[in-house]
This record gives sequence, structure tokens and C-alpha cells, in this order.
Amino acid sequence: MKHTVVALVEDRPGVLNRVASLFRRRGFNIESLAVGNTEETGVSRMTIVLDGAEGIVEQVEKQLYKLIDVIRVADLTSAEAVVRELALVKIACPTEQRAELLDLIGIFRAHVVDVGPTHLVAELSAEADRMDAFLENIRPYGVLEMVRTGRIGMIRGAATTAVHETEPEDVERFHMESGRLPEGELPFVSD
Amino acid sequence: MQMSGADIVLESLKKLGIDTVFGYPGGVVLPLYDRFPYHPEVRHILVRHEQAGGHAADGYARASGKLGCALATSGPGATNLVTAIATASMDSVPTLFITGNVARSLLGKDGFQEADITGITTPIVKHNYLVMRAEDLAYTFAEAAYIATTGRPGPVHIDIPKDVFTDLAEFEWPEHVAIRGYSPSPRIEPAQISTATAIIDAAERPVIIAGHGVILSRAHEELKAFAEKTGIPVLNTLLGLGSIPRDHALSYGMLGMHGSYEANHAASTADVVIGIGNRMDDRALGRFADFNPTAKIVHIDIDAAEHGKNITTHAPVLGDAKHALSALIPAVRQNTHTEWLRWIDDTRAEHSHSMAIPSGPALSVQYICQRISEVNSDDVVIVTDVGQHQMWAVQHVKFTFPHQLITSGGLGTMGFAAPAAMGAQVAQPKSPVWAIAGDGGFQMNMQELATMVDEHLPVKIAIMNNGYLGMVRQWQELFYKDNYVSVEISQPDFVKIADAYGILAYRVTDPSEVDEAIRRANAHPGPVLIDFRVEPEGNVWPMVPAGASLSETVEAPRVSQEVTR
Repeated sequence: MKHTVVALVEDRPGVLNRVASLFRRRGFNIESLAVGNTEETGVSRMTIVLDGAEGIVEQVEKQLYKLIDVIRVADLTSAEAVVRELALVKIACPTEQRAELLDLIGIFRAHVVDVGPTHLVAELSAEADRMDAFLENIRPYGVLEMVRTGRIGMIRGAATTAVHETEPEDVERFHMESGRLPEGELPFVSD
Repeated sequence: MQMSGADIVLESLKKLGIDTVFGYPGGVVLPLYDRFPYHPEVRHILVRHEQAGGHAADGYARASGKLGCALATSGPGATNLVTAIATASMDSVPTLFITGNVARSLLGKDGFQEADITGITTPIVKHNYLVMRAEDLAYTFAEAAYIATTGRPGPVHIDIPKDVFTDLAEFEWPEHVAIRGYSPSPRIEPAQISTATAIIDAAERPVIIAGHGVILSRAHEELKAFAEKTGIPVLNTLLGLGSIPRDHALSYGMLGMHGSYEANHAASTADVVIGIGNRMDDRALGRFADFNPTAKIVHIDIDAAEHGKNITTHAPVLGDAKHALSALIPAVRQNTHTEWLRWIDDTRAEHSHSMAIPSGPALSVQYICQRISEVNSDDVVIVTDVGQHQMWAVQHVKFTFPHQLITSGGLGTMGFAAPAAMGAQVAQPKSPVWAIAGDGGFQMNMQELATMVDEHLPVKIAIMNNGYLGMVRQWQELFYKDNYVSVEISQPDFVKIADAYGILAYRVTDPSEVDEAIRRANAHPGPVLIDFRVEPEGNVWPMVPAGASLSETVEAPRVSQEVTR
């Protein structure tokens, strides 16, 4: 089963490497990964689509949480969520086929963003089903080039997965005090 | 007050209470070394190889319960730390690794002695940093120590370019550290406690598997109280040994690949298995699919990812072992499991031969380990290398206190014993520290004899010299039809080697000499090396063949034919 997992991460050098390294090491299969800014400075949002059983996804979430730079993880799969992907497709299109292809593009609510005597470029933002159906329908015309962004998503309604909701009371504070830990106390005992 | 990055590093170490650094200098850390004389509170111990420095920091941390610290230069110095970092990572040891790197303008230009060391260490650290500004150093050290020592502890690595050491900045030690993506001490969920309690109270044949987490969270008193109130027998993982005194009535020793017959069968026969601060590892549990499929599993661990990672957990309890046990003790009912304990005791009595010390004239490792345990004072710290002697040591030494045993469990790092014993001796200067190593593993880091001499570290090194890489030989005998390949290993005259370093050394060939050899070593104020010439082809029993289930524990040579398939 496909899962869409959102990870809010610190916007720091190396974070993408940490996440990618974790997936590689644990053998988790990423189908797509989209990274971008959020409403909050310093926080990036990764949307990860992966294929795996429930237990695997639970491990993915827990392992992600172990990365210090990961602030919050949410599984959008079961939530009522808006999930979209953007694709640009360059389609072979001699002028005599243009009308037919424009009809098809209209049916899928895609847009034409570039056109020439032998080709056109269509842009589509859609959920997985509509995206798949669109690509299947235009394939017979000849796809010259295609690029997809990977899925992004957000839960519907007023609730959010944004990080500002967890700040600041929930963050543990470790008081350095004089800096030295009490004599005889193990410093790694968390109290 | 403005000071150089190098001074900020050393001031930060002092603030963190780090008084010992195991290190090796090199080009890019010269600015830092230049400042050591001005910070005499920080003792620098010059090792002979960075890997050994890393293991020494690890041994220091395990023996002291404090943050261990190792330092290396860029490139090869840094990459030499990798094995030590991975060792600390697998065993959750709180350690701080500091490396220098080339100047900022040269990063990424493949200059002399440049390695992308943060890229290399990322999968084997709890966290790492490349510090690009001197003003970030103090906070980074505070945060690094916080991460390394809290929650599930582990190694943290800080990489510092050469010119960051020389830049000037204000030294501002943070009052507190807070990381929004890191909550190391989860509050114990009452619902998880009540689920666990219901399972424990209903159990007829329960066992506890106590792991390293009990020791790391200093929950050994709570473990004892919990076991005594519920009457549940305690098994240990390799790293959990010492969490309950071995002579306690409810202590049943180690389970796993070379665990005792009764421990493995108790774990496979139990109706409830309570894991405490263990990670349900394959060497402890055998084949996961067949690990006691009918038992209900209660699992206390501070790392949520350990719940259900390898086996299905019916009642996870997320939290520090000390906190979780403190919540469980008043909740569970007072109980005894007389029948069940008798069954395990009977099993032990019927199968005691499987772990017996071999009789006969040959000098056996089992006998030496038993004598090291008996002849030494109660505060002896045992540091082992990896292989047959490691298993025999943990079978025959009676561990009585946490971190009495220092061994590389998860990674199984040969060459660990000598440097880790050195670190343990620095941490526990008054305790006898015995390093038990094979002739193979000792040769991997024997250059550290020089460090022991320089730093007056009276480590006692017992080499179990059988002329073989014994554990590999055992597997070749049992699983590869006696086809011995690259396991017969030559060695120098260890007594002469030690002599060349100015270390007292002698050879022992007969069981009658063992006690006296141990006493003589303890009476000598400096390091001592004993070359024990042991029987060459002993095998470790009992054994769970790799990939087999715990219930398939093979007991002794007499059934070894069954193992050979």
C-alpha cells in the first residue's frame, strides 16, 4: 500500500542527506520525495511517498523521529487530505492532431504552456488517479519528455501539521546551570 | 570576552565536565593542540592510533558513566575513528568525537587530508555537526553533549575546520539547550503501564530480559525490586550483564547464541517475555520468526523505534527504564513463580555439563576466566575483546555491578579490549582493570601498550593465546566441514613485545600456575601482560547456530555432529 508521509525538518545543510541515508540504510523504498519551504522560516517540508506495509511505515515514522533535525512526522494516508502532483509533459503533436489533443487536455483540466508545429507542452496538477489517467490517455500521441514533482499534500479543515502548534511548551529544556553535572550523577540519566 | 575557537572548544569541554580527551594530533588540529597547555584541567592522552583513542573514550564512558571524548585530525585521522564511532553507536555509549577539517575555503576542494567526515559518520552517529563559525562552537558543544547523554545515549561528532579554531568570538555558554525535534525523556504513559501490568499479573511463566538500557539508565535497583516483587527470573543480554548481581536468586545469566541452556529454554518456554532496555537483537533472540511465537511481549525501551522493530510487541512501554520500572513496581501484584523457577532450576541442573569448565590437563580459557573472576577483588572491571574468549568470559565471570563488563556487543569489534581497558582504567584508577583478549584481537591494537606505559595505566592484559582466530575456526569446523581457511594465525613472542615496551610479562602454560599469575599481576603497580597458552581447538558451548531458534540450542561436542549439516 502507498503511504504519503510528511516530515517537517530543520532547514539546514545536510538534512536531505540524513533522511536519504536513513531510507537507504533501512531499506525503505521511496517512490517520490518533494522538499520545499513552509510558512515558517527555517522549516522545510518533505513529502515522502513510499510503498510498504503498515509496520514498515510505522518504522519509517519512528526512525525519522530519531533524526534530531526532524521536528514532526505525519502520515497523511488515512487522513482526509488534499494530495497533488505537478507534471510537465512534452507531447508529439502535429498541427492536424492539435484540436483533438487540446480536447483531451481540457477534459483532464490540464493546461497548455508551450506549443509548436510538432509538439505541445501540457501542465497538469492532479491527484494520483487523475494524473495516471491523463498520462495513459496521452501516451498514444507520443510522450517526448516528462517530468513530475512528486506528491505534496495537506490535511483538509482548519487543523494543520505545521510545527508552530507544538512549540514552545512541549520542547524539553536541558538546563546547563553551571554547566557541570552533579558529582556522581550519570550525565545521561534524563530526569 | 573574545577568545579563539580553540580556546572556546577547551572552555566548553571544561563546562561539560570533560577532564580527559583521548587524541592524536595532526595538521588541522594544531591550533587546538597549541592551546592545551593553557587548559591544564583537560588531560590529553596521546594514543598510538585514532581508532584506539575512540575505543578508549568508549571504555572511559562505560566505566565512568560520563561522556567520553576522543579527538583526531582531518582525513585519515578522522576516518580511523569510524570503527570506534560505529562501536559506540551500536552499544549506545555516550561519546563525543571531535575532528578537525581543512580550512573553510578548502572544503570540497579535495585538498590535502580532506575527507567528508560528517558525510561518512552520518549513518553511525546520533547526530553530527560541521561548525562553520567560531561563535557557534559553544552552543554546539552544549547541544552535542545534551544529545549524546540523554534519551538513548550515543555518539555525537563535531567536525571543525582549521580556521574556525583560529577565528575569534565571544565565549557565551548557553544557560539551557532546547531542540524542537528532540524530546529525550518521554513521560511514562499510564495506559501503557496498565496494559503491561495486566499481562505481567496474568503470567504463569514470565521471564525478564534485562539489557544495556537498565545499566545506562541506572535502573539496576529498580530491576531488582521489580523482579523480587513479581518473582520473575531475570535473563541478561550480553550488555545487560551486571544489571543484576549474578549471585542473586533470580539471576539466570545470559541468553542468546552462547547463552546458557536453561536461559534459552526459559525464554523459549515463557508465556510472557518482558524486555527491559534491550533491542531484541538476533544474537540474543535467535531466528525472529521462531522466537517463542506464543509469548506475550512486554517491551520497555526509551527508543520507540525498538518497539516492534524485530518482533511483534504486545505491550510497548516507552520511556527510560528507571522511570518505567518505578511506575510498574507499585502497579504489579506481589507474586511468586515457584513451579516455574523450579522448572528452570531443574533444567539448569540437568544441563550443567553444557557450560562446565573442561576437565583435563590442558589450560582452558573457561578456567582462566573463572579464576580471574574468583581471585580478583569484587571491584574488578573486565574488558573483553571479541570472539571465543569473550563468550567464555561472560559465561564464567560472576558480574555483580553495572558496567563491570565492558565489551563490544553490537558491532563485535576485534581490537577493542586493550584501548577500551585503557579508557576504563583512566575512569576507575583505583579498580583493577583486566583486559581479556585473544591473540588475534590483541594484535589489532597492541600498539597501545606504549600509551599504557606513558600514562602509567596499570591495565592487566590476559591474552588467551591459542594460535587461532578461534570463533571463526569453530564455525569453519562446525559449518564448513573442518575446512580451515586463514584462521591459523601466527603471533610474535608477546612476552618479548611487552618487554620491549618495558612492561612486565610472563607466560602461563599450566592450570596450576593461573592463580599465582593473576595475583602477581595485581601486585605489580604497572601494566602487566600474561601470555596464556591455551588449548588450541576448544569450542564454545552451548550454541544456537546462526539462523536457528533459541529452542534449538546445541549443547556440547557430543551433539556437534547434528550441527554439521
